Amino acid sequence: MCDTCGCNITPGNEHLVSNDGKLARTPDGKKAVTVLRSLLSENDRQAIHNRGHFDKHRVMAVNLMSSPGAGKTSLLEATITALGSELRIGVVEGDLETENDAQRIRAKGVPAVQISTGSACHLDAHMVHDALHKLDLASLDILFIENVGNLVCPASFDLGQHRNATLLSVTEGDDKPAKYPVIFRAADLVLLTKMDLLPFLDDFDPGRAEEQLRGLASKAPLHAVSARREDGMEPWFDWLRAETEALQRRVAAGETLRPAVQPDGARLHGLEREPDDRATGHLMAPNP
Amino acid sequence: MHELSVCNALLEQVESIARDHHAVRVDRIVLQVGPLSGVEIPLLRHAYPLAATGTVAENAELIVEALPVKVRCSQCGAESEVEANRLLCGRCGDFRTNLLSGDEMLLASLELIESAAGD
Repeated sequence: MCDTCGCNITPGNEHLVSNDGKLARTPDGKKAVTVLRSLLSENDRQAIHNRGHFDKHRVMAVNLMSSPGAGKTSLLEATITALGSELRIGVVEGDLETENDAQRIRAKGVPAVQISTGSACHLDAHMVHDALHKLDLASLDILFIENVGNLVCPASFDLGQHRNATLLSVTEGDDKPAKYPVIFRAADLVLLTKMDLLPFLDDFDPGRAEEQLRGLASKAPLHAVSARREDGMEPWFDWLRAETEALQRRVAAGETLRPAVQPDGARLHGLEREPDDRATGHLMAPNP
Repeated sequence: MHELSVCNALLEQVESIARDHHAVRVDRIVLQVGPLSGVEIPLLRHAYPLAATGTVAENAELIVEALPVKVRCSQCGAESEVEANRLLCGRCGDFRTNLLSGDEMLLASLELIESAAGD
């Protein structure tokens, strides 16, 4: 990782690596090792590997996140109906149990792999990698990774996706971005879903939801949709088309796409020098 | 929640570093965690003993440094310390800010005991 360029040194930890760092040596001769590596660096390494797979096959990978029941699978069904003849779509479904969602997707004529996480509250890069072995990436343009319904844990794990899309259904409450800042801050696009129900809900204000999103310094586009009524979906489809084309261009130029905001470890670009950066930590001048 | 997964990943790294340095024991682990990492420090502390049991870090002292959320405004250039769900510039109020710190989830450093004689 970045022991050289210092990109992981923040105002909060720079005292550790200065010459007189408080942990530079211990009085009783213990070895003090500075690491400054993400707690999830193994996951991050696998995520980079996954992203390499996606890039090689020019598949744009979108991580879909939301609370349970916000309409991720319904959104995918409507998306496949509309774009299925234009873009080749595949889906990885994450749930604690059941094949239900994968079956719904397969019924639309699209390949889907179900990951049953058991009790795990999120997908990680290793689970997604295992699922990729069951998909023919060469025959896809877009891969949706439908994360476990959860507004907390999925945000911390890079899966190798190019983009994060986060759903907020109008039945949930317009203050969700302020309550769950980590996941909404990570979004490259936010969809307000189930807009057909808005007339029945007097306490959800889409304007307030957007205000709370901007409060997280998010520049992500926000679109209001109803997947069931197939209403307001065009901006979402246009975003998917544009991002898929953007990925093709980037890969052709030898680059990739990354979510605008990433979990700490993945952002630290030292990780890109895999795999020989398996640093064992930098010794902080112990007494010989 | 995912704090146990995070602890397991932490312990894998700690064990690997300890092996590389021929350490018999890990005495101290220092982490840095910001509010925007999505990791809750009290949950992390609770999960740690479960994950550490039977490892070289079983009796290590776990120190978690909580880092503040700081942003720099791309419009007026001011740096301010802010709340995790309100990342606006503290001076001009603009939302076009960049995060300087607060999303860290880092293993900062370790203290290792190198031989049984040190016990």
